[in-house]
Amino acid sequence: MNVQLSTGGELFEPRRPGSKDIAWCPGCGNFGIRNILISALAELGLKPSEVAIISGIGQAAKMPHYINANGYHTLHGRAIPIATGVKASNPELTVIAEGGDGDMYAEGGNHLLHAIRRNPDITVLIHDNQVYGLTKGQASPTTMKGMKTPTQPWGVFEEPFNPVALAVALDASFVARTFMGYFKESVEVIKQAIRHRGLAIVDILHPCVSFNKVNTYAWYREHTYWMDDHDPHDREAAFRRALESDPLPLGVFYINEKPSFEEEVPAYRWDKTPLWQREPKLNLVERFFETKS
Amino acid sequence: MAEFRGDVSIVLGGAAGQGIQTVEEILTHALKRSGYHVYANKGYMSRVRGGINTTEIRVSSKPVRAFVKRIDILVPFKQGVLSWVENRLSETTVVLGERENVEETFLDKVNLVEVPLTKMALETGSQLYLNTTAAGLIVGLFHGDFEAVEEHIRKRFESKGENVVKKNIEAAKKGYDLGVKLCEEGTIAVDVQRDEKAAGDVLLTGTEAVGIGALAGGMNFLSFYPMSPSTGVSTFAAQKAEEFEIVVEQVEDEISAINMALGAWYAGARAMVSTSGGGFALMSEALSLAGMAENPVVIHLAQRPGPATGLPTRTMQGDLNLVLYAGHGDFPRIILTPGSLEEAFYLTAEAFNLADRYQVPVIILTDQYFVDTYYNLPAPDVSKVMFERHIVEAKPGYRRYELTEDGISPRAIPGYGEEVVIANGNEHDEWGDITEDAELTIKMQEKRAVKKLETIKRNAPLPKLIGKENAEYLVVSWGSTFHVVEEALEKLGSEKVAHLHFSWVYPLNPETKKFFEGRKVIVVENNVTGQFADLLWKELGVKADHRVLKYDGRPFSVEEVLDALKGVVE
Ligand SMILES: Cc1ncc(C[n+]2csc(CCOP(=O)(O)OP(=O)(O)O)c2C)c(N)n1
Ligand code: SF4
Ligand SMILES: [Mg+2]
Repeated sequence: MNVQLSTGGELFEPRRPGSKDIAWCPGCGNFGIRNILISALAELGLKPSEVAIISGIGQAAKMPHYINANGYHTLHGRAIPIATGVKASNPELTVIAEGGDGDMYAEGGNHLLHAIRRNPDITVLIHDNQVYGLTKGQASPTTMKGMKTPTQPWGVFEEPFNPVALAVALDASFVARTFMGYFKESVEVIKQAIRHRGLAIVDILHPCVSFNKVNTYAWYREHTYWMDDHDPHDREAAFRRALESDPLPLGVFYINEKPSFEEEVPAYRWDKTPLWQREPKLNLVERFFETKS
Repeated sequence: MAEFRGDVSIVLGGAAGQGIQTVEEILTHALKRSGYHVYANKGYMSRVRGGINTTEIRVSSKPVRAFVKRIDILVPFKQGVLSWVENRLSETTVVLGERENVEETFLDKVNLVEVPLTKMALETGSQLYLNTTAAGLIVGLFHGDFEAVEEHIRKRFESKGENVVKKNIEAAKKGYDLGVKLCEEGTIAVDVQRDEKAAGDVLLTGTEAVGIGALAGGMNFLSFYPMSPSTGVSTFAAQKAEEFEIVVEQVEDEISAINMALGAWYAGARAMVSTSGGGFALMSEALSLAGMAENPVVIHLAQRPGPATGLPTRTMQGDLNLVLYAGHGDFPRIILTPGSLEEAFYLTAEAFNLADRYQVPVIILTDQYFVDTYYNLPAPDVSKVMFERHIVEAKPGYRRYELTEDGISPRAIPGYGEEVVIANGNEHDEWGDITEDAELTIKMQEKRAVKKLETIKRNAPLPKLIGKENAEYLVVSWGSTFHVVEEALEKLGSEKVAHLHFSWVYPLNPETKKFFEGRKVIVVENNVTGQFADLLWKELGVKADHRVLKYDGRPFSVEEVLDALKGVVE
């Protein structure tokens, strides 16, 4: 079975009128990712009001409409900075940045690089279908060499982007890859990513049944394997695994515990109150004027 | 003998890195402390070393807040300064300094009062003391309080150790004594009355007024990418971040800066970005997202001349059209243009309430001249700053984009209340989910671009009128040109002319039109086309009879505005 129903996630099933008309193609891997995410959130014991899903633009980025959680469907490529702002303003929220491979690796690529450096405690879920779905089949940064598309009729010649190797190279805090066809394992990886303190990147492979005729469900099963004997605290090993391309390793590549952005900023050193509950510090403003006379 | 009464304009000129800023700082602070009104503004080159930077300092018995072209005392710290400011020199200008800093060609033309600053500094122990010697000299000319000089030097050099403090005080004293002597000998006569009130005033820059205003308005998040002349506000916030316990982050680009700020507001923070024209241009897609998602945000834009990189350290009011029209699609925004430091403080604080109330981008538009200007003013009354919070609890059934009469939907934030909050940059239904429904699209377009805009307009404050309501001429200013027009009109002293200043330039309250009826309108702007004059025409059908424009990258001087007005009204 390619797409499994979510487990125990009733709370996260949306009841809004606009969440019924789903814009994904029948059979698309996005359904599976939705169910995996709902299951992970439910199993972590979270409530919808405690979770904020910030998405970019693309088919993947429509997720906030098909789930019952706080959501912000933003701009192409900008989910990461927006999610960073959300988390830094209210560290009590579980914040997820979500988008496609075009969204996160092309239009938003620069933000990804710097988010790795900044290390906000957010989970970045990349629905990696190795193609642009919403705009109808152009190549994405992860499209395999040689694939012909309407805008690369001669076949893609650019080297595909390797998000896992990139993240390990930048010493990211948490790096994983999964294929949504493996339901239980994916739920576990995503739970681990959400629980991880610091930036957690999960590249989620999924078929686009409409525009990617190469990377099908069967293809992913044939061309991936789970890393059973890998130590995610070993960066060099992680990097070696990251460079493997056929079959593609799945699982957690790398974990690097380090302080998160919210732990570093002066806002929460002494006071953990979310910013929205704070008031202007007018006594300090007064004091400033005293020093200026 | 050179004689200056009431109001003296001193210009310091030197290379970048030579430390004229130290001179300026010591002498403005000491003179203010002594009870003189002071004003200062710098004209700097976009370089870290060399070139010619100048600072104008006005010392007066009355409040002074505007740039004058006239130079009474010029202190050159290198050759080339006189040529650089040649068109500002007159027969009465005194050049105070060392002969080798004056170009040959000027030697027989100017009124040079030689002071051996280098020699005096060396006597104290090192060339390093030249700046404090010069500062002491000028304070001496005014017979300012030497204790005030001492106090400032102590504050400034404290971290470098007692010996440095002592040596600098010694150097300043040598300069001071010489200044007093020049007056006693009758070489220079300076007659400026003290005003006790000035001594208790605060001395603020435009940058500080915006920065502290933001903190007073509850700013607790600032994301930025450095760009002159806006960086000062971000630096100020970073310096205050630990004390005020806020988030200040330098990010990868302006796109990230504004998107982070949008996320922060979505989660209930009060966020601001500070940038200049080029950075703002990069923010325009997110500005449009703020419009669609009804996401509040506060943007400080310090203008410099464009297009493109333009003149990075100079001034212009050339980005009004940019902020008016940036962002695809129709959505309202508010544009504030403080004219005084008091306004910069109160308006920046208020910007956060406005953004919160109307859920729109609020842009504080300043410029290089404004942020780099400083003068003394009574400390703003902090108790006048109102803190309004417009956040509601997300109760079951909450709809983020509920359709309302005034176009404003109560704004909830994630984590406050049981219900979830869905914001969306796609066209949406009342809950925030995507829609392509034609009827709903019409309703949402009208909600944002008509109803909400009308609500803002109705509540928009009117411009400030100074002078007679039925004056024949109306001189219009906006933003940083306020004080220069104010002083020019004082000098003109004509009952026929009134002054109308806009600190809120968009959207305009329709009642604004009444100020213009039957008046001849003169619009003063620091740009090449008259962008605000065009806006008056577009919004109110008001035609500017005269446009007084300046666009050489420098601020207007009082003399220039006065001459231009004389040309029109006389
Ligand atoms: C600034 C901007 N450029 C381009 C687009 C058009 N666009 C929307 S989604 C997309 C790519 C979608 O691909 P991906 O991110 O992989 O998402 P998918 O649809 O495959 O899930 C593009 C190019 C846009 N919305 N905004
Ligand atoms: S276009 Fe592709 S990725 Fe998008 S919904 Fe359809 S199958 Fe899924
Ligand atoms: Mg894709």
